[in-house]
Amino acid sequence: MTTLIIISVLPIVLLYLGLYKAQKALLPVTLIGLLAALVTAVMQWNSNAQPIYHGMMLFNNFSVAFSVVSIISTMLILLLSKGYFEKISKHVAEYYAIILFSLAGIIVMVSYHNLTMLFIGIEIMSVSLYILAGIRKNDFASNEAALKYFLMGAFSTGFLLFGITLIYGSAGSFDLDAIRDFVVTYPRNIDPIFYIGVLLIIVGLCFKVGAAPFHFWTPDVYEGAPSLITAFMSTVVKTAGFAAFLRLFSACFITIADFWTPVLLAVTVLTLFIGNITALYQQNFKRMLAFSSISHAGYLLFAIVALGAASANSVFVYATAYSIASIIAFGALILVRQQTGSDNFEGFNGLAKSNPFLAFVITISMLSLAGIPLTAGFIGKFYMFSGALSQYKVWLVIIAVVNAIISIFYYFRVIIAMYFRDEERAVVIVPAYYKFVLGFSALATIIIGIYPSFISGLI
Amino acid sequence: MTVSILLFLPILAALLVLLFKNETAKHAALFFAVAELGIALYFLSGFVPDASFQYVIDLPWIQDFGIYFNAGIDGISMVMVLLTTILVPLIILSTYQHTYKNARAFYALILFMQAGLLTVFTALDGFLFYVGWEAALIPIYFICALWGGQNRIRVTIKFFIYTFAGSLFMLVGIIYLYLQTPGKLYDLHEFYNAGLDAAHQSWVFWAFFLAFAIKMPLFPFHTWQPDTYTEAPAAGTMLLSGIMLKMGIYGVIRWLIPNAPLGFLQWQNLAIILSTIGIIYASLIAFNQKDGKRLVAYSSIAHVGLISAGIFAWSVQGVQGAMIQMLSHGINVVGMFFIWDIISRRLNTREISQLGGIAKVAPNFSIAFLIIVLGTVALPLTNGFVGEFLLLKGVFSYNIWFAAVAGLTIIFGAVYMLRMYKNVMQGETNQLTAIFADITASEKLVLGIICVLIIGIGVYPQAILHISEASVVKLVRSVNQNFANSKF
Repeated sequence: MTTLIIISVLPIVLLYLGLYKAQKALLPVTLIGLLAALVTAVMQWNSNAQPIYHGMMLFNNFSVAFSVVSIISTMLILLLSKGYFEKISKHVAEYYAIILFSLAGIIVMVSYHNLTMLFIGIEIMSVSLYILAGIRKNDFASNEAALKYFLMGAFSTGFLLFGITLIYGSAGSFDLDAIRDFVVTYPRNIDPIFYIGVLLIIVGLCFKVGAAPFHFWTPDVYEGAPSLITAFMSTVVKTAGFAAFLRLFSACFITIADFWTPVLLAVTVLTLFIGNITALYQQNFKRMLAFSSISHAGYLLFAIVALGAASANSVFVYATAYSIASIIAFGALILVRQQTGSDNFEGFNGLAKSNPFLAFVITISMLSLAGIPLTAGFIGKFYMFSGALSQYKVWLVIIAVVNAIISIFYYFRVIIAMYFRDEERAVVIVPAYYKFVLGFSALATIIIGIYPSFISGLI
Repeated sequence: MTVSILLFLPILAALLVLLFKNETAKHAALFFAVAELGIALYFLSGFVPDASFQYVIDLPWIQDFGIYFNAGIDGISMVMVLLTTILVPLIILSTYQHTYKNARAFYALILFMQAGLLTVFTALDGFLFYVGWEAALIPIYFICALWGGQNRIRVTIKFFIYTFAGSLFMLVGIIYLYLQTPGKLYDLHEFYNAGLDAAHQSWVFWAFFLAFAIKMPLFPFHTWQPDTYTEAPAAGTMLLSGIMLKMGIYGVIRWLIPNAPLGFLQWQNLAIILSTIGIIYASLIAFNQKDGKRLVAYSSIAHVGLISAGIFAWSVQGVQGAMIQMLSHGINVVGMFFIWDIISRRLNTREISQLGGIAKVAPNFSIAFLIIVLGTVALPLTNGFVGEFLLLKGVFSYNIWFAAVAGLTIIFGAVYMLRMYKNVMQGETNQLTAIFADITASEKLVLGIICVLIIGIGVYPQAILHISEASVVKLVRSVNQNFANSKF
């Protein structure tokens, strides 16, 4: 709980710092604050948590794990932000503050124990993100992204809220335990309204995690928003969305899985194919990452489709692997874009010769996203496939395999551009903190890939 | 002493090679490769040729999933380990005349690949096997795509997609088998006892078969192979054809047939038919090849077709023949590609029609070439003979007609190989070949070793057959036992 308090108070401190023009102190203070939040979160580990505040929140191991990964990802992304926001606007403090508010919403999302808290968490996160997407006030694409995101987001929130009310209407409570008890006690005569509620919640949550056919906002928003914000949205926000998804479904709806599994199965298959096939046709690296993030949402949905005891672990490992690989990709994108001014694949031509280190970490990231062994991404896919196969969803896994093969084409385009296409180019300057973030992420990717027991099996 | 030394030394070596300068990297790489061979020979000296696994390492790796770092060497693995550790130093030595740009990365990748290959050949855990399988693929992809010929980008991505697709299906098969094991382990012997019914084994068979058929490659999964062999740098082609395709054959012996014996029984005929089609098809295409390297690539498909037919016939002779033929084919094909590397480096062409009369100007070269050709066409007292004889005997005991068709490979092979030799080496020298310089010291060393091996194994094949015999007999019997049980 202390974690949440720290993360909520921190942005206010930052706003004051901004007010007193202490620009230099912003990043250090943010990082120190997040570090403190991280420590308090870790201290909650295995503390045998009980629901607090009349069952509103439950800070159990699941929450700790996802909070930790969210906080670490945010720290890495913020490290990349040094000098980034200054170029966009003078009011830097606001951006740090808004990102942290969003993170506060995320912490609520991964530790709610009551549907109202889920709603509040999602809203805190989303409203912050609407602003962040439109952070470049004078940029047309950024404005478009913000508006699109806001309209679509508001729409999906409506679905979610309607779903929650319908469930409240039949179960008589917002509390996860109470809803579960309701489902378990009256398995034969659950009101149809309850089922409709479940469907609407699925729609709302699929919007938030960018699963097809509710994904239409993703590419434009990801492309229009500043790259750093895109990195935040496609890693931390997505992870939190799935954590919230999983928490609700494994706590409440697992006994009526026969009802919603076909729906989610269809969503998963659609998401995989749409994400991968559209990514294939992109010429723009950032847009490719946006579509690939849709396809990764498809793989993450495996854990919910094949809901079981190991699901939380699978989502955790997969989301961690995906997040760190994406952070590398976006970090590299920012650097390359600064130099060449383009997001296209051609911008990466000949990078291996001018910047061997950068090319190497991007390669690791792409291999991880493609799911090649000895990287974290493979372990994530491996867990997902194992989970699905253990429930005899063989066809789903075959479809996923076909998609993994398709994904090779577009991830390897980057590698091919960097290594095999020669082009004389100036050396891209990689600042020290970029080196740290990229190197750390690449190392983490390989370590998790070789010895996943570091992070798997925690929850 | 456990097999882990064998697996980790190349990785360590690869990292160390990266620290060297580009000029000296090849010496360092050769040093480590020879050291690796030394370790393998040390293992061989202490190896007891019974059916047991020796030098076993068994450490917990990912315990939630029953995954262990479990590897060991039995007779079958020993032959594969020898194949890898003998060929890698030869291949590194064969590159001495080349100056590759960024050479240290080149040699580091070769050593990384060796680690992957050895992992595949010694793994006793399904997960480890898969990891090794992919770990061998990534380095060779980069070797081919970075130092390859004109069309390398298109060709290598095709190669990568093909093999990656196959291996993903295998991964599904491995996970599926794991879920069926009584103890929820990835252990190979647990897999053998998974006890699936015939219908499910049929699916498992296909999951593994796709991966192995693409890797070998079997007709009709071979379309990546000639292009990739042609575009890859010489060392890459040697690694692919000499060692990497043996991953597929080894996989059939160790992972495909014993894991899904009943599934295998249902598809045995098809597998043998595909193998024999591959033999005829590749031989016919090899007849018409103008490019020497391509000709060797197709001849390799034909030879591998015979090996796989012998394995799928599943008898002790057939599998024993496959074991020795894998070693022989590896040695011969590396020699053959090296011959063409020498020619193309000197003359900048691989067009057979432009060559001729080289024997007159380069006598040493011509002797080595002749011995390699004779080994490839399986003349008695060369290494090719024993293997092909046993393989054909294996196929013969399964079905005489298959054996008759498969036997054509020897005749066809003799025709196109000897014709190639005649056109390249004999006849009158022309303007191009008149300046052909005879082989240098390092080339002499490589070709000399290859020739000694060709004749040595040909004269005394028992040395190799002896290593794998007990393991092969045990494996074949245990699978046949499965067949017998299923009939009652």
